Amino acid sequence: MTIFTPDELTTIQLSLKVSAWATLVSLPPGIAVAWVLARREFPGKWLLDVLIHLPLVMPPVVTGYLLLMAFGRQGPLGIWLETTLGFTFAFNWTGAALACGIMGFPLLVRSVRLSIESVNRGLEQAANTLGANPAWVVVRVTLPLALPGILAGAVLCFAKALGEFGATITFVSNIPGLTQTLPGAIYNSIQLPEGEAAALRLTGVAIALSMGALLVSEWLTRRLRKREGQAR
Amino acid sequence: MTLQMDLSHHQGDFHLQVVADLPAGVTGVFGPSGAGKSTLLEIVAGLRRPKQARITLDGKVLCDTAAGRWMPPHRRGIGYVFQDSRLFPHLSVTENLNFGRRHGRAPAHPSTCAEVIELLGLARLLDRSPGSLSGGERQRVAIARALLSAPRLLLLDEPCASLDLPRREELLGYLAAVCATSSVPMLYVSHSLPEIARLAHQLLLLENGQATACGPIHELLGRVDLPGLSRSDEAGTVLLVRSIGTAEAGLCSYEHAAGVLRLPGPLVPAGQTIRLLVKARDVSLAVGEPGQLSIRNRLAATVMEVGPPHAGLCEVLLDAGGDRLLTRVTMATVGELSLQSGRRVTALIKSASLGH
Repeated sequence: MTIFTPDELTTIQLSLKVSAWATLVSLPPGIAVAWVLARREFPGKWLLDVLIHLPLVMPPVVTGYLLLMAFGRQGPLGIWLETTLGFTFAFNWTGAALACGIMGFPLLVRSVRLSIESVNRGLEQAANTLGANPAWVVVRVTLPLALPGILAGAVLCFAKALGEFGATITFVSNIPGLTQTLPGAIYNSIQLPEGEAAALRLTGVAIALSMGALLVSEWLTRRLRKREGQAR
Repeated sequence: MTLQMDLSHHQGDFHLQVVADLPAGVTGVFGPSGAGKSTLLEIVAGLRRPKQARITLDGKVLCDTAAGRWMPPHRRGIGYVFQDSRLFPHLSVTENLNFGRRHGRAPAHPSTCAEVIELLGLARLLDRSPGSLSGGERQRVAIARALLSAPRLLLLDEPCASLDLPRREELLGYLAAVCATSSVPMLYVSHSLPEIARLAHQLLLLENGQATACGPIHELLGRVDLPGLSRSDEAGTVLLVRSIGTAEAGLCSYEHAAGVLRLPGPLVPAGQTIRLLVKARDVSLAVGEPGQLSIRNRLAATVMEVGPPHAGLCEVLLDAGGDRLLTRVTMATVGELSLQSGRRVTALIKSASLGH
């Protein structure tokens, strides 16, 4: 790995760590919200739908600024977390992961929701009549059948996290080794007089990681389809 | 078991109204498409919430809208075999069967599992995935899966409907074996009267959302005042006949109190009794000795009742050696043969039309 400087390696590692955490932490609530949106009717459902989708349509800088106001050193949630748990998002890689997770969340929810909606409700009813309670039906029927969509959503979320720039830089700044992920590092390199070679190297890494994520998801999906047999 | 229902359910223009008290055994639910048969099953299973209903199974309240009580489907212990089998595509046949076992009321004993697998001929299919099974095989797995959940009541919604004729016959054979050996009470929905006549002891007649009759199937089949039943294409009565054990020119002989019947089909050992659904439209009538005719099966009978006329036709109920036999004739025939209660006639049944 001599083609990369130690700083660049740190950036790549940090990017992977931030994206992986953003995806992993988003998954459980993402699946829960997607299930609620797909399978439940309740007053105010449209509001939840809109709130979830806001990060997708708002300027990322706005999302980052809102996060800063809530979770920053002076933010009410930030102060509460700091005093009760001794934990802070501000100018920390965890803050980058939070920003990335929130930006990827709508993509994750959309994908999972679509795949849950496409699960035949008749199969859930059949599981009910066999004595499985609603929670078991979700775990043993709905989610396994929605798995391709869940994987696709996770990959989308991961890719979005890798590329997240605006919200991250606004919320936790662009501190090398601490909060600087690939897009931030590329941006920085371009600003420097002799940074073009570094920018190019990091761009190559970003492309490779994104393509790798897509290929992995494609491969997993295909394996699942195969396992489900020639089911229709 | 007894299933007591008193329900009233609206859905758009459709109105379902059923008051019935069903004993143990197999109850056929018969009616034309759109009569509300599947809706009724969904309400009993708890997959659909009725507007107004009180339903109890063995005294346990499944649903009582007046008292605001409703038991969710997974607590009812009511198995359901759907028309489209609904096997879990991500699980193998064995895993599908285990799903029923694991979540059911009482985990089925391993020997029960072996029996059910044997009964439905699934031994060779256990490792397969549902996607690779034929329609008939899928239904057999679905029936086994439901049985293994140890249900208090099993609902079957036209399990044969999506199959072609040979597969349907095959599945009916398995179903007959299940009905004969299992003690689980069943509701069997179908719009095929021969299917119901073959499997059920009781009949619930649904017409246009209304339960018009409910009772022992032999009694209902032999009634001329139930248009939904007696005027249907497949209306008929069941004769119990005993094999003599001889075959001649491909026809096996069976004895009945009113005469001998010869019918096509495999030779049945002497002394064995079979149930024969004789369709009303396949029975002709003659007065006196009919002489030379192609129809070989002649039963001595007495007219019990002449039904109300409809479109120039009417049903005539006969007493043939103590069994009820329904026939459909034209109004002209009624006049010419002066058919009325007590008239002695000969019932002629074409061998080619009979099958069991």
